[in-house]
Amino acid sequence: MIQFTNVTKRYPGGHQALNNVSFELKSGEMAFLTGHSGAGKSTLLKLITCIERPTTGQVMVNGKNLGKLGRRHVPAVRRQIGMIFQDHKLINERTVFDNVALPLVIAGLHNHPEIARRVRAALDKVGLLGKEKQYPVTLSSGEQQRVGIARAVVNKPALLLADEPTGNLDPDLAAEVMGLFGQFNQVGVTVLIVSHNVDLITRFRSRILHLEKGGLV
Amino acid sequence: MRIKNYFLNHLYAFFYSLGQISRAPLSSVMTVVVIGITLAFPAGLYAVLKNAQQLSAGWDEVAQISVFLKKDVGGQALDDLAKRLHDRPDIAKITTVPAAKALEEFRKLSGFDDALRALEENPLPSVLIIQPAAGYADPTAVEHLQVSLRKLPEADFVQLDLQWVQRLHAVLEIAKRGVEILAVLLGLAVLLIVGNTIRLGVQSNRDEIAITKLIGATDGFVRRPFLYAGIWYGLLGGIIAWGLVSLALLLLDEPVRKVSALYDSTFTLGMLDVWTTLLLLTSGTLLGLLGSWLAVGKHLRAVEPD
Ligand SMILES: Nc1ncnc2c1ncn2[C@@H]1O[C@H](COP(=O)(O)OP(=O)(O)OP(=O)(O)O)[C@@H](O)[C@H]1O
Ligand SMILES: [Mg+2]
Repeated sequence: MIQFTNVTKRYPGGHQALNNVSFELKSGEMAFLTGHSGAGKSTLLKLITCIERPTTGQVMVNGKNLGKLGRRHVPAVRRQIGMIFQDHKLINERTVFDNVALPLVIAGLHNHPEIARRVRAALDKVGLLGKEKQYPVTLSSGEQQRVGIARAVVNKPALLLADEPTGNLDPDLAAEVMGLFGQFNQVGVTVLIVSHNVDLITRFRSRILHLEKGGLV
Repeated sequence: MRIKNYFLNHLYAFFYSLGQISRAPLSSVMTVVVIGITLAFPAGLYAVLKNAQQLSAGWDEVAQISVFLKKDVGGQALDDLAKRLHDRPDIAKITTVPAAKALEEFRKLSGFDDALRALEENPLPSVLIIQPAAGYADPTAVEHLQVSLRKLPEADFVQLDLQWVQRLHAVLEIAKRGVEILAVLLGLAVLLIVGNTIRLGVQSNRDEIAITKLIGATDGFVRRPFLYAGIWYGLLGGIIAWGLVSLALLLLDEPVRKVSALYDSTFTLGMLDVWTTLLLLTSGTLLGLLGSWLAVGKHLRAVEPD
């Protein structure tokens, strides 16, 4: 599903965020990505979603070489991925319902009852069913994070990327959300989660990728 | 299925753009009104011009010659002269306007009643209005008639109305060019107005656009609501322009009616016809679409997620 080959990412300022990273995540696999702050975890996820391009090396996602991908083909890649962002990235001018429905609308779904059914199912999974008419700013940070999770899973993507999805959640809720990712993985979704929560991670017997100053160790 | 989806995608963008517009009602209304005023200028001038052309086209066929007579010709002498001239084969009809009648009519219609009463003697001459016979209406024959009328001892001044009609035609032709140039310039102004509004729209929705792109929206998906917004601005602007021009024509109608009554004419101002209306609305809509197309292509590219 994901294959990095000798990937190096240098930002315009000259900072080297990733250094010769190689790994493979097979379809249906679940893995955790750990590392200190500034180790390059978010950068690695951004390479998978074409937000950033590798300086050298090759990033393959679902058989496509992202380094060679034209601008026009980027949206199709992103639509296959459910991405949960460290800073939520919710649209503040739109209700929780509209935020979660957006991936469906982008994918071309217009049947309103069907949209409503799927949005409610996703919100139900993260325990926010009653909040669909609210705006993101009226929610707590943890609730916003869960809206982001609902949006990422609403379209049943084949690949789920999560950047610190439990950062703002209390231990019970964090465990619940991690369990949710485990459930997705069990139905065949490939999952890559950035997390510092060693407690939770060790409960899963999944692979752990550890980044140290931009290099995998 | 694909076609249905395509249609629904557009329907979504159509209503979404309406939502966008209603979220910033003040600036949207201002844009629409400015576009309306800008479009109203060339449309109004065009309407006036078209009326003038219609009016002058009517004059073409009635090549009239007015013979202003010397002061001392009146009464019986006037009637004799008219009878004499009527025998000529190249004259179809003669209307005599005695000086007294001319003054009375002018007094009635102009409203200068008191001022005219103060005059001791009638300042107006008697006039013969001559209409050439059907076989003599071509320019050379009319010219010939005019020359021979000028030779009459009773004639003071002979005026062929056709001359100034022809000049008016030339002037109107120039005015038409002017309106066309103005229309092109103001069309460009509309493009800039719409472009600028769309640019502001893109800027104030930067986050939303970036996030939408981030979760896989195509350029087309992001662009579509802005294109529809441009269409809305242009169409609503066109409707406002139509309203402004119609209002102006309505307000001008009464005075024009009075003036044309002075000239014994039943001319009234024509309102904007169906074709002009359609032209106005279509060009407004297309300018709106083009303006947003140009702006959105340039500014959306700059909004990339990070
Ligand atoms: N757009 C950017 N331009 C320049 N440097 C950047 C940019 N984004 C990240 N960096 C740098 O790259 C390094 C890795 O950043 P990254 O966000 O991948 O870290 P991280 O592992 O996600 O850290 P954290 O756990 O704090 O989120 C950091 O030193 C950061 O300063
Ligand atoms: Mg990070």
